[in-house]
Amino acid sequence: MNDVKTPLFRLAKRDELGRGKVWAIRAGSIIVALILGCIPMLLTGNSPAEAYGVILQGSLSRPIYIKQTVKIAIPLLGCALAIAPCFKMRFWNIGAEGQITMGAVAATFFALNFAKTIPHVPLLAIMFISAAIFGGLWALIPAFFKAKWNTNETLFTLMMNYIAIGIVAYLQGGPWEGRKGSQLIPMFQDSARLPTVLGVHCGWIIVLLLVIAMYLYMNKTKQGFEIAVVGDSVNTARYAGMNVGWVIMRTMFISGAISGVVGFMIVSGANFTLYKGVANGVGFTSITVAWLSQLNSFAMIAISMMLAVLEKGANTLQTRLQVPASIADIITGILLFCMLASEFFINYRLIFRGREKKEVEA
Amino acid sequence: MENNYAIEMKGITKRFGQVVANDNINLSIRRGEILALLGENGSGKTTLMNMLSGIYQPDEGEIYKDGSQIYIHSPREAYEHGIGMIHQHYKLIEVFTAAQNILLGLDEKLDIKGANLKVKNICSRYGFDIDPTMKVYDMSVSQKQTVEIVKVLYRGADILILDEPTAVLTPQETETLFDVLRNMKRDGKAIVIITHKLNEVMEVSDKVAVLRKGEYIGTVETKDTSPQALTDMMVGHAVALNIDRPKYDNPQKKLVVEKLTCVDEEGITKLDHVSFEARTGEILGVAGISGSGQKELLEAIAGLYPVKEGSVRVVNDDGSETELVGKTPRKIREAGVGMAFVPEDRLGMGLVGSMGMTGNMLLRSWKKGKGAFLKTKEPENLANKVMDELEVVTPGVDFPVRKLSGGNVQKVLVGREISNEPSVLMTAYAVRGLDINTSYTIYNLLTEQKMKGAAVVYVGEDLDVLLELADRILVLCGGRVSGIVDGEKATKEEIGLMMTQIGSEEGANE
Repeated sequence: MNDVKTPLFRLAKRDELGRGKVWAIRAGSIIVALILGCIPMLLTGNSPAEAYGVILQGSLSRPIYIKQTVKIAIPLLGCALAIAPCFKMRFWNIGAEGQITMGAVAATFFALNFAKTIPHVPLLAIMFISAAIFGGLWALIPAFFKAKWNTNETLFTLMMNYIAIGIVAYLQGGPWEGRKGSQLIPMFQDSARLPTVLGVHCGWIIVLLLVIAMYLYMNKTKQGFEIAVVGDSVNTARYAGMNVGWVIMRTMFISGAISGVVGFMIVSGANFTLYKGVANGVGFTSITVAWLSQLNSFAMIAISMMLAVLEKGANTLQTRLQVPASIADIITGILLFCMLASEFFINYRLIFRGREKKEVEA
Repeated sequence: MENNYAIEMKGITKRFGQVVANDNINLSIRRGEILALLGENGSGKTTLMNMLSGIYQPDEGEIYKDGSQIYIHSPREAYEHGIGMIHQHYKLIEVFTAAQNILLGLDEKLDIKGANLKVKNICSRYGFDIDPTMKVYDMSVSQKQTVEIVKVLYRGADILILDEPTAVLTPQETETLFDVLRNMKRDGKAIVIITHKLNEVMEVSDKVAVLRKGEYIGTVETKDTSPQALTDMMVGHAVALNIDRPKYDNPQKKLVVEKLTCVDEEGITKLDHVSFEARTGEILGVAGISGSGQKELLEAIAGLYPVKEGSVRVVNDDGSETELVGKTPRKIREAGVGMAFVPEDRLGMGLVGSMGMTGNMLLRSWKKGKGAFLKTKEPENLANKVMDELEVVTPGVDFPVRKLSGGNVQKVLVGREISNEPSVLMTAYAVRGLDINTSYTIYNLLTEQKMKGAAVVYVGEDLDVLLELADRILVLCGGRVSGIVDGEKATKEEIGLMMTQIGSEEGANE
């Protein structure tokens, strides 16, 4: 073969790497991301070491900070759990934002209308269930079209987000508006608020239970098996006698239902009201969480905490060092980029021109 | 002499992992000549031509154009050398017009009007009939093909490669295409058509180069050869394989297929009134050029391919018959039909690549048992049993099967399928890509099933194997049954001719 004319490098599939090596590459990518994250800090004229220090301090140094950080992590974790089965199925549900919103709408409906007539615990239960059903039905729409006519779920779920947000905007200014002209929905009464446990609303218990439930669902149940098979190959699923359309719809309903519950936890545990920005990007950030954790439920706890630390710490960064808080987003982006790149290097290796012969011999 | 060749390929070798797709191939293409590149599927025709069009690079060997060595790294560089390939699957943008598609990817300034004119010129020169302003989605298959050809000509190609150009055309359209090819030939272009249809080779080509299993067999002048001689070159001489073929005492009718007709999404008939029966204690071989309907036949029987008309029935032990058409794979299983199917696409249909052996055993039994949870004990035992009995080389039953070698993947699949003692066992290209030892393991397993009384349907591509393994051989050609022959008495030449329809009623008139 002519050496001069071959490309500088080409890619080849790697042989199997050991588990340890794989995780070492992943850990390495986080370190690389943190190092790359120094660049924007240096550009804004700050010492990276100080900045990272402030981030950690601002998010974890005091119980009150930790509570706030956990509060950020709860919806991220819950929503990542919601989209994990979809992604496992290779159904790209990026509509969690809308599903959260619609769950919040359902919960708010009961919070506004029945806070005086229904006692605390039953009311919360009704809000929980209605949020799940509403979020699930909202997610079912794109799933139905996908199953029936093979529409593009990515665009469909994305567009559904804006419809959901539009609905809340309408409710905010119309039927549910509190004081006329305020464009605000009234605050929930106490009976529609989630109780706190250890200083944080009890949503954290719900999501931790969900972690275990989702782990079992994905790994031990027939439905989880179906999801995995559909995600690997639709043809194999058909061959094995699975009803692919049904699996898609059922999984999306479950996913939307969990997102809806996340919406319930946000309105009832954190905001105590509903506004159109209720999901606040959680539906998108949680995609990062799910992806970085390789759809592993338990890894999601760590990743959602990590992102929450970044976000909470970045706020401190802004007040303490006058660094824009969006630096957290930049670092998150770099992190995602590095971790995805690491997956590439786990699966492929670069072969440089001229080295090939030696490698073959070796 | 050297300079007369437009293209010369010398000692071309291309490997994909362990598989040698092209082994030391020499080929010359002359201007003003139509060369037919003939060979069965998997013989390496397309791979060879992909190296000319810049999609692959050869591992070894040299390519010369007009006597000087060239290197082709991309389709764009191929165009710069005047080489254009029309692929089997068209690569057009549906919502663009013909002219827009033709201009796509060119660096020149966008001038649709000028382009339309130029396209019209090319069309009238070679006898194409195409409206440059027509949108691709409004076009018939043959019009799309025309756009692809014009696209190549527009880029100034004078060496054209057409991959199976007639596969999707009607006989009339084929005639038109051949006229165009002859016009281009007269214009001094060098033309290669990749094909396995002998009558077309005889009709349109000047020379025929034959490949077989990645090897170059030879080039002959079309006028000096015959379909018979070409078939011999294509299939080679019979090789004794010594596969055991025991006799089963009392074969009974087991699977009855009647007038089975299937049409694909684009309305092309894939199976045309196929009728046959498979018997217990018998291996029914299915021969045919790849793409003659084998895949559709097995998938239709398994409930995975829509059936337009016809009937597929399984004869139960008590003599009653169960209709399979209209049933999903699950319904078929629930009806108590012990059907096993080893599909052609092992990892894409038969197995889940990302799962281990246990997960793949589960594919057949995941529904079993009450409750929402999977019962993994039995499949795990089965996985271990298959691993031991078929000597599957894997680090463990949970190691993803995608990462196993081809032979081990197939052992997992076959092992699972025969574990239920099926009454009907269908296999598609069960030994494709496997080494000799594993292939024999598979033959023995199939024969074992046959002797247990299963009706085995074996779709194969190696005629030598079919002749020694199968009790009867069904030959498909273009979605139709061109005959069923006795595996012991039939000859390779006989089947080879039936595969290309010569020898059947239609070809008899030639």
